[in-house]
Amino acid sequence: MRRLVVTIILAKLIRPVIPMDINVKMDDLSEKENAFNDSIQAGKVIEPKDWMPEKYRKQLLRMMSQHAHSEVVGMLPEGNWISRAPSLARKAILIAKVQDEAGHGLYIYSAAETLGMDRSEMIDQLLSGKAKYSSIFNYPTLTWADIGAIGWLVDGAAIVNQTVLAKCSYGPYSRAMLRICREENFHNKQGYQILAYLMRGTQEQKDMAQDAMNRWWWPALMMFGPSDKESPNSADLLKWKVKLFTNDDLRQRFIDRTVEQAQAIGLKIPDDKLKWNEETRHYDFGEINWDEFFQVINGNGPCNKLRLKQRNDAHANGQWVRDAAKAYAAKKKVN
Amino acid sequence: MMTDLNKALIDFCLRIADNSLIHAQRISEWTGHGPILEEDIAMSNVALDLIGQSRGFYTYAAQIEGDGKTEDFYAFRRGEREFRNKLMVEQPDNKDFGFTMMKLFLNGCFDYLMFRDLMKSTDETISGLAAKSIKEVTYHVRHAGDWIVRLGDGTEESHQRIQNSLNELWPYTNELFEQDSVDALLISNGIAFDKEKFRDEWTKMVHEIFAKATLPVPENNTYSPTGGLKGIHSEHLGYLLAEMQYLPRTYPDAVW
Repeated sequence: MRRLVVTIILAKLIRPVIPMDINVKMDDLSEKENAFNDSIQAGKVIEPKDWMPEKYRKQLLRMMSQHAHSEVVGMLPEGNWISRAPSLARKAILIAKVQDEAGHGLYIYSAAETLGMDRSEMIDQLLSGKAKYSSIFNYPTLTWADIGAIGWLVDGAAIVNQTVLAKCSYGPYSRAMLRICREENFHNKQGYQILAYLMRGTQEQKDMAQDAMNRWWWPALMMFGPSDKESPNSADLLKWKVKLFTNDDLRQRFIDRTVEQAQAIGLKIPDDKLKWNEETRHYDFGEINWDEFFQVINGNGPCNKLRLKQRNDAHANGQWVRDAAKAYAAKKKVN
Repeated sequence: MMTDLNKALIDFCLRIADNSLIHAQRISEWTGHGPILEEDIAMSNVALDLIGQSRGFYTYAAQIEGDGKTEDFYAFRRGEREFRNKLMVEQPDNKDFGFTMMKLFLNGCFDYLMFRDLMKSTDETISGLAAKSIKEVTYHVRHAGDWIVRLGDGTEESHQRIQNSLNELWPYTNELFEQDSVDALLISNGIAFDKEKFRDEWTKMVHEIFAKATLPVPENNTYSPTGGLKGIHSEHLGYLLAEMQYLPRTYPDAVW
């Protein structure tokens, strides 16, 4: 309840503002843009009412709405195991975790609204397939061990990304990330704990854990996005300090911190080329299957259609409820 | 040798715990599929509260039984005929939000009054669990009651749909008040209280919200499903348990 109240208060406090001065002349624009770039280099945090280049606003809105959608779509593969969680404690933890993701979704939608787009419009873009969400959620959760793998690997990768985003140049986004990272750390630990329990259990449980590792490792590495050479938005985002590190940097950081965790509980990482490199002080790793990544991004992953259908069904199924709430509120206003 | 009173106390705890757990299992089906994101959060809260309640009462039953049983034994290793929940909570929601809210409201009003009495129980564990639970149930009743009013007094469609849910669930409300020798023994020891004594108050509570929601209350029931106290359920419970218990049943030696 506490969380719900806080979120609603926040949603009310952060009103959409369109931070765009449409009367600026072209000369002024480049001047303004230069000043904007300089202020970012000097470490200024941009707030909703500050002037910002249209491209900055658009890129951020794209990133933030994708991020919010990922939180919401991410509820589906994990929610898939709530009814079958193997103990009451695990069931409660999983519900609380998926609930956190809903909270993150709300929080980031609210932060994104400060860039001038309504939550309902962002959701329409998700439902129509126009907006993207993290490709990882287009993979199925087939066994209980997958819940461990998502918490540990997927949320672990998200933490690496989000810890950096917490220092990004846009105030509402960076503040949202600070709060979210704290919860993601708990998710990460509970996922690792699920796998640790499995790895000290029966042979069937160990096999289940290793199988999940084999299926989730490579998609988790893909979460950082394509190599920087092929990432069309990277240069601008780095310049504006929306991104502070390249996709490849962050991927390497994730691998370096995860390998030892896997070894500690006896999980094998499914990469024959994985090897500590004394010179670079990093792990070398094998080739990522980028064909698979682009297939999934473009709608051909194992669960793309299912996820969009589930979101669309929930939305359509709740239409009468939302209509009723609106009608009731309107009546009360008139009376 | 276990006393009759302890046996009754175990049964009493299992009835409350089963009801909360099966209800939670149904409500948690909504996680990720709610009509708005705020409701996903609210319904997860309710499910978590109910699971917490069931764990408290299961743990107390296990403690009295004293033979190494745990909360998970009761939840995952008993069959259809051993569950003691009321038939109302096991009914499938079929993704009908109004139906879920109506169930939460009807059962919640009953739980509220039951826990209010149990706070005065001579058994300190029971009174403690009741004191914790009543705070949660107060919120459930308010949340579900607010939605029933919105849906009843919202659009024509929502009015009809929530009326249908009320009509469908109303016959199940009689079972909420059923009592047997287990209750009688605990009542005579000051551990539990006669549910009939708050029936009028329950009726007033629910009628008040239905009046606000412009929903006529159905006529007296001609048909009243029953069986929970004896573990005779609807066909729905078997499927619910098959899904919920699948992992511990498939891997009986595993620890999770």
